[in-house]
Amino acid sequence: MAGIKFDSVRRVFGKTVASNDVSLEIKDGEFMVLLGPSGCGKTTLLRCLAGLERVDGGRIYIGDRDVTDLAPRDRKLAMVFQSYAVFPHLTVFDNIAFGLKMQGRPKDEIKRRVQEGAELLQLQDYLARYPAQLSGGQRQRVAVARGIVMQAQVLLMDEPLSNLDALLRLQMRAELKRLHAEIKATTIYVTHDQVEALSLGDRIAVMKSGRIVQCDVPMNIYDDPASVFVGGFIGTPPMNFLKGVVSAEGAPQVVVGESRIAPTPAQTPALAARRGQPILLGIRPENLAFASSAQRNTLRGHVVVVEPLGSHKLLTMQVSGETIKVSVPPDQSVASGNDVWLHFDADKIRWMDAGSGDTIH
Amino acid sequence: MESSLAISRGAKRAPIAWRHVRDQVGLYGAAILLALWTLAPIYLIALSAFSTKAGVSAWPKSLLPTNFSTDTMQFFINSKGVLQSVGNSVVVALLTIAASLLLGAPGGYALARFRFKGKQTIQLSFLISKMFPTAILSVPLAVTFLQLGLYDTVWGVALIHTAMALPFVILLTAGIFVGVPRDLEEAAQTLGCTRMQAFVRVVLPLALPALAAAAIFTFVISWNEVFAATIITLQHRTLPAQVLSSLNDSPLYYRFAGGFFMIVPALIFIFLIRKYLLNMWGSVVR
Amino acid sequence: MRSKVESALPYGLLAPTLLVVVLLIVVPIFQAFLLAFQGSDGGFTLAQFQKMVHDTAFLDALKFTFLLLIFIVPLQIILALAMALLIHKRFRGHSIFLYIYAIPLAISDLAAGIAWLSIFTERGYLNSILHSLGIIDKPFLFLSYQNLPAVFGTIVIAESWRATAIVMVILLAGLEVIPRDYFEAADVFGATALKRTLFVVLPLLRPSLQNALIIRTIFAFQTFSVVLALAGRVIPVLTGEAYYWYAANRNPNVAAAYAVLVMVFTIFITIMYFRLLKTTDAEAGYD
Repeated sequence: MAGIKFDSVRRVFGKTVASNDVSLEIKDGEFMVLLGPSGCGKTTLLRCLAGLERVDGGRIYIGDRDVTDLAPRDRKLAMVFQSYAVFPHLTVFDNIAFGLKMQGRPKDEIKRRVQEGAELLQLQDYLARYPAQLSGGQRQRVAVARGIVMQAQVLLMDEPLSNLDALLRLQMRAELKRLHAEIKATTIYVTHDQVEALSLGDRIAVMKSGRIVQCDVPMNIYDDPASVFVGGFIGTPPMNFLKGVVSAEGAPQVVVGESRIAPTPAQTPALAARRGQPILLGIRPENLAFASSAQRNTLRGHVVVVEPLGSHKLLTMQVSGETIKVSVPPDQSVASGNDVWLHFDADKIRWMDAGSGDTIH
Repeated sequence: MESSLAISRGAKRAPIAWRHVRDQVGLYGAAILLALWTLAPIYLIALSAFSTKAGVSAWPKSLLPTNFSTDTMQFFINSKGVLQSVGNSVVVALLTIAASLLLGAPGGYALARFRFKGKQTIQLSFLISKMFPTAILSVPLAVTFLQLGLYDTVWGVALIHTAMALPFVILLTAGIFVGVPRDLEEAAQTLGCTRMQAFVRVVLPLALPALAAAAIFTFVISWNEVFAATIITLQHRTLPAQVLSSLNDSPLYYRFAGGFFMIVPALIFIFLIRKYLLNMWGSVVR
Repeated sequence: MRSKVESALPYGLLAPTLLVVVLLIVVPIFQAFLLAFQGSDGGFTLAQFQKMVHDTAFLDALKFTFLLLIFIVPLQIILALAMALLIHKRFRGHSIFLYIYAIPLAISDLAAGIAWLSIFTERGYLNSILHSLGIIDKPFLFLSYQNLPAVFGTIVIAESWRATAIVMVILLAGLEVIPRDYFEAADVFGATALKRTLFVVLPLLRPSLQNALIIRTIFAFQTFSVVLALAGRVIPVLTGEAYYWYAANRNPNVAAAYAVLVMVFTIFITIMYFRLLKTTDAEAGYD
């Protein structure tokens, strides 16, 4: 058993609180992604788990061992660094074998396990080479292989793909997913790239300013962001937000510009409690479609820019004085300067508090 | 139309090529002139050191090695106290390297890797002591060394040279360790190393060439130091102290041979550490 | 527990060095003052300083130390700047020239003095050349006390020759950290080589130039064995006098007085240096 538990972990650098009493439980074999903008504390949290950073408060458990005060080497985990941290003075073989040698494994076992690891990452032909003779992608594989051969129950990855070019990143992403399915180690993966997070994570913990603001399975994070921050951070382009006001009388409706939008029955009670108050309407670009005329749940929009992107057209539009992005099918005929009606399903709308930005349920 | 275009193009190209040639000639001319200025004294002292004793006082002299001989050098090396002083110089320099690297490198590592209270102050104090005329402190130290039994010993000289070299060594090694990515050390730690093992297995091998260059830098400081060595010793002279203290009552050929003998390591050492010239000498001597 | 050990570690690693610095630099500084100001009865006295000041060589030593500084430092910087700018052009073979220019880095001032002695001595190479060119028929005495300006000149030349290498690497290291875009931008805007040097390179290089200037000024106070090798005591200098009082006159107290004087000059210039450093650091964002 090697679940991981952060219990109110706190880490402070001078005046910056990098980790603000973070609590998080990760199940055995789970692939957990820590996602957030740079400086949100995700790498600090990972380094605290690895033992590379001391904690100022709270405890960390791997399985049922309290590892808070253990040296990195005693925590029995493997880590892949953003810079790969492949030892330049050692061959690929010796790099992969490094941890096994430190454990004092017998020679033939080391050789066998390095071979296995190399095969898993298609490095068999490069074992005698030095890192300087490898491409960035190959070095990255060495870093992963070096961690995997340890057969540690916990694998930590700190932005492992961020130094690769776009195409290679796409390839490695799928490969990491395959790898995890094969070795099933509990994995914590730090990234600022939301696509990576969505693609890889069993669950995603979105972080901001040293706190976890939402932790859930990827589709829930995408569909049901807990706040304006999460909705705005995830998705390319991110969720659109429009200012509105809850009607003061009658059935609760939200007035956005000239339009009146009716919530779903499930949303109604929450809105009824906010009569007369400002509110934010969140909607993803792909959940908006052209409509021929004004009907229920439509907005009047003015097309500013049309970007044909092959699989779809991305529109920049003005709606009630605000700029939003709309994604339409590639064959939709539209030109900049057009005034159109935009339609959406009420259950695709997320309502957020205009003050705190938190989602209203 | 076409032909006129070709002509105008041809006419344009010629002056550009001339300018290029002129620039190149100017560039290499200046470079060679400055090289001659640098090399001439070295060549001429070598010429003096490798001529006969009579050749040293010949007049007028030829600029070519017309009376090549190893007499002068042999005379110098066999002179009383010279071989011993060379030995002393080497011992002092090696002691200085060992002491200043063993003492300074851990400090350099601390400055490179840790954030701690007082770091700024400590760094500043090294910057200041680097510029301090430490050699001149051999005057008061000579008095102390007499009491401690360190006067006129290689140990005493090595101690002062260590004090002179330490601020340089600590700043040099700090720079060297900053150059070894911290990630590598941390990776080694997650792979089962203690801090010490990570240092020995990962940091040290990577820092070794630069540390060797720092050792040479230290050697040069010690090998060349005259003032303290002369003040602190009487019988157990280092080579520069030996040459300096006998300047007034030694023949010219002795001095020339001694001068050349002291220069030879410079030629070798600068060659060995030429890769580190700028980021080591250039950033630390200032 | 582990974190306590961790936070004490840097101090532990620095302790040996700090100890040596205190024992071999800080304590001797006080001892130097003690030696210089303490009479034979153990009380405070200015007798040693009076002895120093009234010595016939003192004023000359002071004068020549400053004169050397005034002549040597600018000469070094001009030569070094020429070398550094040339090497910075990265022409074919520039690394060989860099090696050649850098050789004097590792040559002691004593050895440099002796090397130039072989040139300036009575039957030396300079007189031989002048003779073969028919300019003179008997050797000119460059190093005689009768030709003080000539003696002075030989010292300036020898010391400049040696220390130019140090200034050169400082300036070249300074040039290397200036992004090459700046120079290329100047080219694109049509600056000539001279204008580029004057208006782009030199201002950007100012921090390094100031560094070199002050460091060389500080070390100029310690000029000693190059003078001894070429001129003996014909040209007295401060550090040389400290050596004479200690070695020849067996008077460590007056020697210490000279040492204190040199230290005071050094400290004064060091303070100026750090003042300058503070202001230039803010200006030059990259250094």
